[in-house]
Amino acid sequence: MSLEAQVVARAGSLALDVDVRAAAGQTVVLVGPNGAGKTTLLRVLAGLLPLAEGRVTLDDEVLEDPAARRRLPPERRSVGFVFQDYVLFPHLSVLDNVAFGLRARGRAKDEARKQARQWLERMGLAAYAAERPRVLSGGQAQRVALARALATRPRMLLLDEPLAALDAGARAEVRRELKSSLGRFDGVRLVVTHDPVEAMALADRVVVLEDGKVVQEGTPADLSARPRSSYIAELVGLNLWRGQGLGDRVRLDSGGEMLVSHAPMGEIYASVHPRAVALYRSRVEGSPRNVWRGRISGVESDAGRVRVRVEGSIPVVAEVTPAAVAELSLIEGQEIWVSIKATEVSVYPA
Amino acid sequence: MKAGRIAAIAPIVGFVVALSACGGDEGGSGGQAEASRVTVFAASSLTQAFEAMAVELEEDSPDTTIRFNFGSSSDLATQLEQGARGDVYASADEANMTRIVDADLVEGEPSVFVKNSLEIIVAAGNPEDIRSLEDLENSDLVLSLCNEECPAGKYAAEALAKAGVSVKPDSLETEVKAVVTRLQVGEADAGIVYASDVASAVGEVEGVPIPDDVNVIATYPIAELTDASSAAGEFVDFALSERGRAILEEHGFIVP
Amino acid sequence: MTRPPRALVILAALAASFFAVPLAALALRAPWASLPEVLTTEVVGSALRISLISSLAASALSAVLGLPLAWVLARVPFPGRSVLRALVTLPLVLPPVVGGVALLLALGRLGLVGGALESLFGVTLFGTLPGVIVAETFVAMPFLVLTVEGALKGLDPRYEDAAATLGASRGLVFWRVTLPLAAPSVAAGAVLAWARALGEFGATITFAGNLPGETQTMPIAVYTALLRDVDAAIVLSLVLVAVSLLVLVTLRERWTPQA
Repeated sequence: MSLEAQVVARAGSLALDVDVRAAAGQTVVLVGPNGAGKTTLLRVLAGLLPLAEGRVTLDDEVLEDPAARRRLPPERRSVGFVFQDYVLFPHLSVLDNVAFGLRARGRAKDEARKQARQWLERMGLAAYAAERPRVLSGGQAQRVALARALATRPRMLLLDEPLAALDAGARAEVRRELKSSLGRFDGVRLVVTHDPVEAMALADRVVVLEDGKVVQEGTPADLSARPRSSYIAELVGLNLWRGQGLGDRVRLDSGGEMLVSHAPMGEIYASVHPRAVALYRSRVEGSPRNVWRGRISGVESDAGRVRVRVEGSIPVVAEVTPAAVAELSLIEGQEIWVSIKATEVSVYPA
Repeated sequence: MKAGRIAAIAPIVGFVVALSACGGDEGGSGGQAEASRVTVFAASSLTQAFEAMAVELEEDSPDTTIRFNFGSSSDLATQLEQGARGDVYASADEANMTRIVDADLVEGEPSVFVKNSLEIIVAAGNPEDIRSLEDLENSDLVLSLCNEECPAGKYAAEALAKAGVSVKPDSLETEVKAVVTRLQVGEADAGIVYASDVASAVGEVEGVPIPDDVNVIATYPIAELTDASSAAGEFVDFALSERGRAILEEHGFIVP
Repeated sequence: MTRPPRALVILAALAASFFAVPLAALALRAPWASLPEVLTTEVVGSALRISLISSLAASALSAVLGLPLAWVLARVPFPGRSVLRALVTLPLVLPPVVGGVALLLALGRLGLVGGALESLFGVTLFGTLPGVIVAETFVAMPFLVLTVEGALKGLDPRYEDAAATLGASRGLVFWRVTLPLAAPSVAAGAVLAWARALGEFGATITFAGNLPGETQTMPIAVYTALLRDVDAAIVLSLVLVAVSLLVLVTLRERWTPQA
């Protein structure tokens, strides 16, 4: 089973032009900044938004092909959709929510409810069968929404920001459960998220969308190692610059030069992990080849680590411990020396 | 909350429905449902007299029910022209009956069954000491007349013209009974109505006679309408009979 | 607790008495002794019956016709939609008697459509209960349409999307998702329409006429009684006030926002 989609579509001011491929048994995660077109793409695949050009094929069945005047409406596609904030029907019980798809497709009420109950049991929510969705916690609602989508045994599962509506505490737990639920689903799976941790945790493959176009595709490891846009770099937490390779150094487009182990000639990306950026109160003689003076423009702590932004000839983010912050009195406005070893700079063709 | 609301509304609805059921009659269309049902469209000045007649008629024939639609003769004629269904029409002037005849709504010929004369109506005790039509010219008086659409209004205008009196009414009513009501509740000091209207509210109002030479005699024709129920003829006959005329005379009408 | 400025209090008291005094006058002038007798007369009974039946029918008709119209206005973009919406809103602004005249010109015996109604089906509306229902529906339906349209617009369209992705045809989406979610607003709209229909006077008396026992609704009966019998008018008015108060009291939770 697989999905092949060439999508050219418009939604408001957004022009979407992407090619997406996804094989069954693989979780493809779509990431990108807001407005990149991720949700739009999901809606097109579900049939909620029409194609302007292109073709969507699922398992050799053409779902949509404007040139051939073929368009299957959403209710005739075998697609399960989990919406952001779940959109459970408030006027139906949890059980009837899950049974809805089965009944809509012609199953008798009792039969549909029986199957729905089984799904709820699998999700550990059988006790809530008769309740209304509003009594459910975020995590529970997410499971019900997933059960509702899976109950009709679709060939493709689309999830739009499945964890966004949860508070940080619930997220990790629910993410683990989601990963295992997804693992049990043997069709095509597409997940949209803007959360980098979520993306890296759930994805077998990542597709990065920016401004309606695919900017990079690959495994999470690929992206982490070689991000190709500042969004992705930000996503994976790296410092990224674009520039020209000159053998033993690189000249950055934004200004400045860095010494590196090896740089291919031509257009390149250079990236450095924040952990590899060292900060000193005064200039220090040592092996690192890239040393310059800058000014701290921001200090953010995040889960026990501190990220320090430094402006200067080359803007950079350093990751240090809280202890270091205290010892060195790292505060905004403070002048600071930056030091990066040439060997820590990863350089790859653009 | 929802159950509470329904529980609160239910008794109210029940009460209102009960009220409408016990007071109202069983609906049905214009009198054709049963043969012994008569719907009479009559000038409002005939109200008390016709109601008295109906009591006697219903005693005579217990199967007959008589229903009235009183109003200004011209309004009633308009309703009949528009398609309202009635069995009998009694007008306070020939002109409105002619409208109905011209609209082919009359069975046979109309007959004049009673006449009426005009009278000035004042509050009991005649506090403003009104003696004649000329006294109505006093602009301090609150004067109520019927508008020119209704026969009483037309007649009043005729009488005033004959007397050479010009007045500025403070209120123009849509039917003659409304003038009586104004006097009854003290909202007007004087008006011009039929003698029968003064008689119908005796005690609360008084009449000041208008001299014969300027008075106007109203002629009331009555007719059975087309497609009327069979009892319609009974009513018309009763109005023309001795007993009917006696009742009319009692109520202040002039029987020819 | 804030102390309001004195001028404000005085004006507020004035405003309150503007409403309270006339209603008090109604209660005080009522012929309480003869109330039972007047209440059970044919005039009152048939006026109540006609008013109840016609207003409930008008409300139901408004719901049946108004819901699809509201749905189209809320969801279907087509050229001239704003013109249609303005047209539907017109009876709210128009003096009711003007509505009555317009109905007469359209559906009266000599009217645009009325003529055909009479010659082809032998149907006349003047002087009949259906005529009253038509007049009342004309003035009442806009309330329901606008209430429901607002609610439908506020409805998250993703509910319908979700239903579609689960396999529901468009008809099923409407019956099992849109309608149940819009039901509270349809009910609220129906109540508004009913209240409006109950109080309607100008359109009814113009289009359906003033025929006791046939088309004389409560408001028309009050008007007519005032011409001839003030006591009866007061009693009828009190009945209408009582019914209105009861409706307001039992439904006040709709008007105050839920916590």
